[in-house]
Amino acid sequence: MSNVPNELKYVASHEWIRDEGDGVVAIGITDHAQDLLGDVVFVELPDVGAEVSAGDDAGVVESVKAASDVYAPLSGEVVAINEDLEDAPELVNSDPYGDGWFFKLKLSDAAELDELLDADGYAAHCDAES
Amino acid sequence: MGHKTALHAQHQALGAKLVDFSGWEMPLHYGSQVEEHNRVRQSAGMFDVSHMTIVDVAGAQARSFLRHLLANDVARLEHKGKALYSAMLNEQGGVIDDLIVYLMTEPGAAGEWYRLVVNCGTREKDLLWMADQALRFDVTLIEQPELAMIAVQGPKARQRAEQVLSESRARLISELKPFFGQESEGWFIARTGYTGEDGLEIMLPEDEAVEFWQQLAEAGVAPCGLGARDTLRLEAGMNLYGADMDESISPLEAAMGWTLALEPADRQFVGREALERMKAAGAPRRLVGLVLTGRGVLRGHQTVIVDGIGEGEITSGSFSPTLGHSIALARVPAGTGDTVEVDMRGKRVPVQVVRPPFVRHGEKVFS
Repeated sequence: MSNVPNELKYVASHEWIRDEGDGVVAIGITDHAQDLLGDVVFVELPDVGAEVSAGDDAGVVESVKAASDVYAPLSGEVVAINEDLEDAPELVNSDPYGDGWFFKLKLSDAAELDELLDADGYAAHCDAES
Repeated sequence: MGHKTALHAQHQALGAKLVDFSGWEMPLHYGSQVEEHNRVRQSAGMFDVSHMTIVDVAGAQARSFLRHLLANDVARLEHKGKALYSAMLNEQGGVIDDLIVYLMTEPGAAGEWYRLVVNCGTREKDLLWMADQALRFDVTLIEQPELAMIAVQGPKARQRAEQVLSESRARLISELKPFFGQESEGWFIARTGYTGEDGLEIMLPEDEAVEFWQQLAEAGVAPCGLGARDTLRLEAGMNLYGADMDESISPLEAAMGWTLALEPADRQFVGREALERMKAAGAPRRLVGLVLTGRGVLRGHQTVIVDGIGEGEITSGSFSPTLGHSIALARVPAGTGDTVEVDMRGKRVPVQVVRPPFVRHGEKVFS
C-alpha cells in the first residue's frame, strides 16, 4: 500500500535514511508513518550542532491525532535541519521522502549504515506490525 | 467486522480510512482531516452519521415521560419542529447521555410525539434506561435503525442541499429556522449540527441515502470523516460524550448548566435532587477552554496544574485548524484563574484559560 523507495534505508521505528555521500545522511519519516499519523501540524527538530546517538530522541512530530517521537537512527552530529517544516509541516504528508525530510547527520560511525533495513526488510516489518 | 451504514460502499470508493467507532466501521477521513475541516468552515461538507441512534417517543404521556427523563424541559418546545439539547441523568446527577429532542407535532396536539437522537456509543444503556423509566408512563419507544442520517454543514450547506433536492424540500430548507426540523416527503430535515456552522441534519430512508450523498458530492459538498467532526465540534466548544462527560460527571461540571431546567421547581426529573445539592454546595470543578498559542498540541488526559489550588485534566484536546494552534476542554478546580500549566510530555507549559466556544461561523470568538 504505502510507498517504500528501494534506494533508501530504514529503521523499525519508521524513519528513512538517504546516504548523501561524504558520511552525511538525510533522515525523515516514512510514507507509512505519515499515513498512520494523519495531518502533521508541528515538527520539533534537534538543534544544528547537536550530537546524537543511534536510538536517541531527536524530535517530535505532532499530528492532529497524536504526538510521536522521532529517533536518531544513527550516531553523529546534526549538520542541517529542514526549516521549511516550521511553516509547512504538511510537507511531511505530501512528500515524506522529499521536501518533508527532517534533518541531516554527519555520521560518527559509517559502519552503522550496514545495520539498517533495506526496503524489503522494512516493508516486511510494516506488514508484521499491521 | 463492525456494523456498516448504507453509505459504507461510498466511503470505500472515496478511499476513506475506516476505523471502528463503537462497533461501526466509519470513515475517519478521506485523505486529509484538516482539509475536510476547512471545507466545512469555508463552504460545505457532509458527514455520514447514520450510526447515531434515533428513538421516537409517542403515546398519551410522551410529554410527561420526557419531562421526567430529561434535565432540560420539553415544555419549552412551544412550536412544532423545535429542537432542544438535553442531558439524560441518573439519580446521582451523572450524565447517562446527551441528546437532541425534536417536537414532531404541534405542542399539546392529539398524538403528540417526539424524536430523540442519542449517541451511538451509549445506545444499549440508553435504550435500557429509557425503557425502564418508561414503565410507569403510557408511552411507546420506537427505535428507527432503518433511517440513514447525513449532516450537511458549512456556510454553503443549505444552498448546496437546496440545489439537489425537490422544490418542496428546497423551499422547506430555505424557510427552516435554526434549531428547527420538519418532515418533508418522508425525510426529516433539521437545521441542527455539531460543527458551529449553519447546516442541516437529514434523516432519510436508507435506500435513498446513496443517491442523495452522490448528488451532494456533485454539487461540491466535501465528504468529511469523524476526525474533522471532532475538531469542528471542539472549536465550537461542544462536548463529546465519553470524553468531556460521562455517568460520573455532573452537567454542572461539564459546562452544561445552561441545559438544566430547574424551573418550574415542581418538575421532578431524574437527577434533580443531586443537582440541587451540588448547586447549593457549589460545584467543585468546572469545564473550561484552554488555548496554547505556541507549539505543541494539548491532548486528552494531560494533567492541568493550577498554581495554589490543585490539579485538573484535559478532557478533549487537539489542534485547531481554523486558529492554527492547539485548543482543549479541561475540567479544573473551581476558582481556577486565567492561566494554568499543562504537563505536556513531561514539560510544564503555560496555557490560557478561556470560555468556549473557540470558533463560531468561521471566526475566532474567545478573547
